[in-house]
Amino acid sequence: MSEPAIDVKGLVNRFGSQTVHENLDLTLPRGEIVGVVGGSGSGKSVLMRAILGLRPPQGGEIRVLGRPVTGLPDRDAHLRQSSGVLFQDGALFSSLTVVENVEVPLKAHGVDLSPALMRQLATLKIRLAGLHSAACNKYPSELSGGMRKRAGLARALALDPDLLFLDEPTAGLDPIGAAEFDELIRTLQQALGLTVFLITHDLDTLYTICDRLVVIGERRVLTTGPLAEVEAFDHPWVQQYFHGPRGRAAKQ
Amino acid sequence: MTSPPELEPSPDRSQCWVADGAWTIQHAAAIDERLNNLQNRIEEIDATRIERLDSAGAQLLSRLVRRLNLDMEIVSLKDEHRALFDAVVEADTRPPSEEGRANPLIDWFEKVGRLTLDFVEDLRALLSFLGQTIATGILILFHPHRWPVTATVHHIQQTGLNALPLVALLSFLVGAVVAFLGATVLRDFGAELFVVDLTTYAFLREFGVLLTAIILAGRTASAFTAQIGTMKSREEIDAIRTIGLDPFVLLVLPRLIALLIALPILALVAMVAGLAGGLMVSSFSLDIPGQLFLDRMSATVRFRDFLVGMSKAPLFALVIALVGCMEGFKVGGTAQSVGERTTSAVVQSISMVIVINAVAAVFFMEIGW
Repeated sequence: MSEPAIDVKGLVNRFGSQTVHENLDLTLPRGEIVGVVGGSGSGKSVLMRAILGLRPPQGGEIRVLGRPVTGLPDRDAHLRQSSGVLFQDGALFSSLTVVENVEVPLKAHGVDLSPALMRQLATLKIRLAGLHSAACNKYPSELSGGMRKRAGLARALALDPDLLFLDEPTAGLDPIGAAEFDELIRTLQQALGLTVFLITHDLDTLYTICDRLVVIGERRVLTTGPLAEVEAFDHPWVQQYFHGPRGRAAKQ
Repeated sequence: MTSPPELEPSPDRSQCWVADGAWTIQHAAAIDERLNNLQNRIEEIDATRIERLDSAGAQLLSRLVRRLNLDMEIVSLKDEHRALFDAVVEADTRPPSEEGRANPLIDWFEKVGRLTLDFVEDLRALLSFLGQTIATGILILFHPHRWPVTATVHHIQQTGLNALPLVALLSFLVGAVVAFLGATVLRDFGAELFVVDLTTYAFLREFGVLLTAIILAGRTASAFTAQIGTMKSREEIDAIRTIGLDPFVLLVLPRLIALLIALPILALVAMVAGLAGGLMVSSFSLDIPGQLFLDRMSATVRFRDFLVGMSKAPLFALVIALVGCMEGFKVGGTAQSVGERTTSAVVQSISMVIVINAVAAVFFMEIGW
């Protein structure tokens, strides 16, 4: 279990002539909540998509839980079973109810379960994500934004992944809902022993639940480490980010 | 690799059972079967030898304990599994919310009731939309500088000029088919010449305008809904309001006026194209020369027939424009609702056009036109 959760070496991502990442290196240990920050357009989401194998990079090597990602087919069972993703607005399948949404990964990976047991397990995941079982038979369009995110989280957790990817989990939530969601992520991470890769702009999230920060800028990882170290890092963007008016407010 | 899950009696302590192996989702079916067949007396479970535990395994284990009416304390776990087990127990035993399952029969009645109310509400909304449009139209009559001239011209091009080839081609083809159909029946009576009457009456009174309206209902009503709906879902309509402009003036009036102008012109084109189709079939395969067709036509046709057809054009234009715009305003926040509303606009406007046409046919027959 000593292999890092995510190991990226010399990653290169280009869109046409525009280079997003140039020789990006990143190693993340297991069992931590890692907050990924960076300016808009710095390539946080591109990095996540590359790690998930959704976007083949122009160069470099990515290993997730010790196995290479690059060049893998979409249906690679190991990668898909060991990682769960919560997209920004949940990305729930709109034609399925919440509980059916959570059952999709279970069915897709050929886990041999009776329908009753599958329903029971899906319901557990929905409850773990903090939703009432009354929400199970609702369609995504009948849910509020916060509930959709929780349902998306339940689907991401369906296969008990080791790695959880969250793309701006608290965006669009009110402060109370965002704080509850932070709390939920922390609780689940501890209970299920997850490694969480969390893209966020929410400074409160960074200060309350992240064990480690990764700052992306200038097409590479500017710095990584515990919050206190990163805060002290001598780079104009980092200084402005953490010591600007909003950074100071969140810290208090 | 981990070994398969086991639950066996402990060799040294009575009524204590030992769980072993991988209690994971891959083995969930096997575990479930094993636990369901378990009839023995159990007072303690030693789960410290479980190698891997995930939420599926934890749930099955906790449900066993609950089924046996025992306390969760009787399960001893490795420290690393404790947090997961507790979280699962907590989530699984949380009392269900008060929202119960409803009776399906009541559900069905509720659905029928809702649909009925929705239908009435839709009609009311259409009338109120019509009223609001007329009121806005009259109000703006006295402010020529607010007339949306550019937008109107743009929409005349979109809905009229761009639809012209399609309307002409389809009417031409239908005209040819009507002539063919008529000829097959009339030939038996040696009355092929009456194909001319058939085509002329059909196109002047009904088909010209009806075909145009149906094509525009599919082509234009859907476009109106999608355009306004997209604006609605991106809050552009709200932005228009907050700036102090009237979305009715900016969005509805130009579309309505454009269609009121374009549809009669297109209907006229459709009539001519349909007659041309009939004329072509008659002269090529029915041995009615073109000159004879035209002579017969001018002998039988009355100006009144043309008026009957044309009088329906503005009505259809009104229906198509209003339904298209109104459905656009009903769009909610999601992309999906744009699609739903567009479908609804096409279905509503086509059915209303056909119903109005049927009522008009009866009306003109009764007044002897």
